[in-house]
Amino acid sequence: MEELPKPDEMYESIDHTPPEEEWEKIESPIKRGRYAYPAKDKNLAIMEFPTPGEWSPADEEWPLPDNWQQIIHEGFKERLEKYRSLKIFMDTCVRCGACADKCHYFIGTGDPKNMPVVRAELLRSIYRNDFTTAGKILGKIAGGRKLTKEVIKEWFAYFYQCSECRRCSVFCPYGIDTAEVTMMGRELLNLLGLNINWIMEPVANCFRTGNHLGIQPHAFKEMVEFFCDDIEEITGLKLNPSFNRKGAEILFITPSGDYFADPGTYTFMGYLMLFEALGLDYTLSTYASEGGNFGLFTSSDAMKKLNSKMYAEAKRLGVKWILGGECGHMWRVINQYMDTMNGPADFLEVPKSPITGTVFDNAKSTKMVHITEFTADLIRHNKLKLDPSRNDKFKVTYHDSCNPARAMGLLEEPRYVIKNVCNYFYEMPENTIREKTFCCGSGSGLNTEEVMDLRLRGGLPRANAVKHVHDKYGVNMLACICAIDRAAFPPLMEYWVPEVGTTGIHELVANALIMDGEKERTTDLRFESLKEEEDEADEG
Amino acid sequence: MNVSYLYSLLAVIVLGLIAYAGAVVGLEALFGIVIPYLAVLVFFVGFVNKVLDWAKAPVPFRITTTCGQQKTLDWIKPSPIDNPTTTVGVIIRMLLEILLFRSLFRNTRVEFKGEKISYKWVLWLWLFAIMFHYSFFVVVIRHLRFFVEPVPFFISALETVDGMLQIGLPGLFISGATLLGGATLLLLRRILLPKINYISRAADYFPLFLIIGIALTGILMRYFIKVDVVKVKELTMGLASFHPGIPEDGVSALFYVHLFFVSLLVAYIPFSKLMHMGGIFLSPTRNLANNNRMKRHINPWNPKVKIHTYEEYEEDFREKMKEADIPVEKE
Ligand code: SF4
Ligand code: SF4
Repeated sequence: MEELPKPDEMYESIDHTPPEEEWEKIESPIKRGRYAYPAKDKNLAIMEFPTPGEWSPADEEWPLPDNWQQIIHEGFKERLEKYRSLKIFMDTCVRCGACADKCHYFIGTGDPKNMPVVRAELLRSIYRNDFTTAGKILGKIAGGRKLTKEVIKEWFAYFYQCSECRRCSVFCPYGIDTAEVTMMGRELLNLLGLNINWIMEPVANCFRTGNHLGIQPHAFKEMVEFFCDDIEEITGLKLNPSFNRKGAEILFITPSGDYFADPGTYTFMGYLMLFEALGLDYTLSTYASEGGNFGLFTSSDAMKKLNSKMYAEAKRLGVKWILGGECGHMWRVINQYMDTMNGPADFLEVPKSPITGTVFDNAKSTKMVHITEFTADLIRHNKLKLDPSRNDKFKVTYHDSCNPARAMGLLEEPRYVIKNVCNYFYEMPENTIREKTFCCGSGSGLNTEEVMDLRLRGGLPRANAVKHVHDKYGVNMLACICAIDRAAFPPLMEYWVPEVGTTGIHELVANALIMDGEKERTTDLRFESLKEEEDEADEG
Repeated sequence: MNVSYLYSLLAVIVLGLIAYAGAVVGLEALFGIVIPYLAVLVFFVGFVNKVLDWAKAPVPFRITTTCGQQKTLDWIKPSPIDNPTTTVGVIIRMLLEILLFRSLFRNTRVEFKGEKISYKWVLWLWLFAIMFHYSFFVVVIRHLRFFVEPVPFFISALETVDGMLQIGLPGLFISGATLLGGATLLLLRRILLPKINYISRAADYFPLFLIIGIALTGILMRYFIKVDVVKVKELTMGLASFHPGIPEDGVSALFYVHLFFVSLLVAYIPFSKLMHMGGIFLSPTRNLANNNRMKRHINPWNPKVKIHTYEEYEEDFREKMKEADIPVEKE
């Protein structure tokens, strides 16, 4: 990876002045730091995509099949017939520009092709040329463009500089969702075998092994047991979670990021401790050991294949309903796709909290409940003994992950939980939270090292809002409900606001949670003292 | 700077001159009868076709963009309009979008202010758009008086309100002025704001110039050149009643320019971004309720896909699972 500029240099260098040249004329879209490595054949093959062999986006010639134009044309046609959204989004944009400066990648790069409207025009220009009367007759005057190899490169470059966050769609007067356009663009590229490995490897792993990281069943169990050892050290309590247990009441599924790397692991420990305190009858599954779904970033078929495991496993184990952990895009899939794709889940029951008796009517068809909905209900009913002062060294702010915010509307539940387990909570500025939240800059499979330049730039709007509350209130902890966030924020914060850490909400919950029979806690889940002063005293 | 608007301007001027010349050399029937009929025909066929084409494509997934709190636990206040779960909520959301341009009302502008990035709420685009569209609407309604006899009371009433400023003779219609103003502001925005200029193309400027042309010729005819309104109505009533004819000793050539511009605009709609007037009703991120977890949405083409079953998975890992005391189906 190349040297990154210093933060202030990067910040100063961002220029939103459009270039002299029209975007149609700007060539060589492939820039270092802005493209990810291509998908490997072995992963593509598992998912039955074409396998182009070894190549690099930096190559002059890309490995396209001879009839690539025909493939794209037919693929495009098929999708226009299958998705009204695509047709409407191709036809109705008036280029009003309301979305132009809403995209974090445009804000951070100043690259005009990162304006959502132009990103969509990359596809729309081909649509006009090939599928509309005006475009067929008038060509360029009607905004049409011939499909060339250069266009394919441009699609690859810019559909992998969109995190499918849907912020643009909030502001568009016609609700045009550039994420949907990106998804279609990526599907078309898949037809040629052009994908990125950071997405395709997790997809292939998840298909075969049950999770993105390819963690095998025994290893998954070992990791969880390792967390239990840590929990025992902190609380004195011995936990004994079950795996693939038939007849449990609840199946719990969370993204693999939560058991693979810090700080997600602390959130995982948080879930375990919460369930222990409740005496919940739940089980984990090694087969459905992934909440996330990189299929969403690949194609609707890939998404369906990976998602199918949740219901299949719930059925096999005979559970009553499914509880889902903290993850962003996972919840877009569950809330907007799962039931349609793999339902109906008529073998499950309408979720009912065994602790409070609350029936989750909002999930009566899908039968899957978000953990913050579950926990908020517990707190509301006074079912948890909490000591928020154990989180007193944290001045917390909350990042709404794109998908729970804009594809679900899960806004209050996490805030309610945080406010009950922490004494110090501060909101970031209004235009950067809730439905207007900014992406972490690494969403939709872009959280790979080689695009660090893009990630830091795309994450700038979020980081800058964090910096604001850091400067103003001394915020030192960024809470989120997304596993990609938990992987993306540590380097992002390190770069822009180094004093701020990253946490999941259930890590904060478990810190505050008073468990029956626990010993007096001296550290938090990270084995750090509960109070800052003590750290200093130790050092002194 | 992108000066492509000059081409659109030029195109509209040339088109206007053609109509003018046509009327002068005696082609009134072409510009006054044939082209308007053709335009309306093209509009209807094109518009219906496009809408049918949209309607034909299924909506496989319910992909609502949620802009407020979801409906979950009883004690959490949901946003029934910005995140609707009911049909009523969706209808109100759509009405707010269509009548009040709700989403545009959210518009912000990004600015780097020293170390801080700010997102200021800006309403100019919303204001110009409201001004433009409502003026257009009123002007269209007013013009219905040329196609019906007697003139219905609501048109006269509208005219009274529209002319309430009582400036000049004949009295100034506010809507005419605001239509011209709104279109001009939207045009200036495209020419002067660098980002908007950068994304604007001929297809953005052409309809704006056309509409400005329509408004200008209309205003000229009403206030300055003063065409013979009775004659004009004779012509338009002829069109409306399918007994077309060109009035004796002519209507001013300017009228034919006006009519030609209108015909062009009407015929242009189905093939251009102006179809947003139809598209807004069908946008799946706005016109669907976010009730996915409550009510299953059906995808008519839900494909059968090859999945990796639990049995296949256990085949791969059985020994390791047994060793780790993870229950298996087949010993
Ligand atoms: S806000 Fe919507 S209509 Fe306006 S330019 Fe963006 S996508 Fe097009
Ligand atoms: S979906 Fe997000 S990343 Fe993609 S264009 Fe819109 S704002 Fe940018």
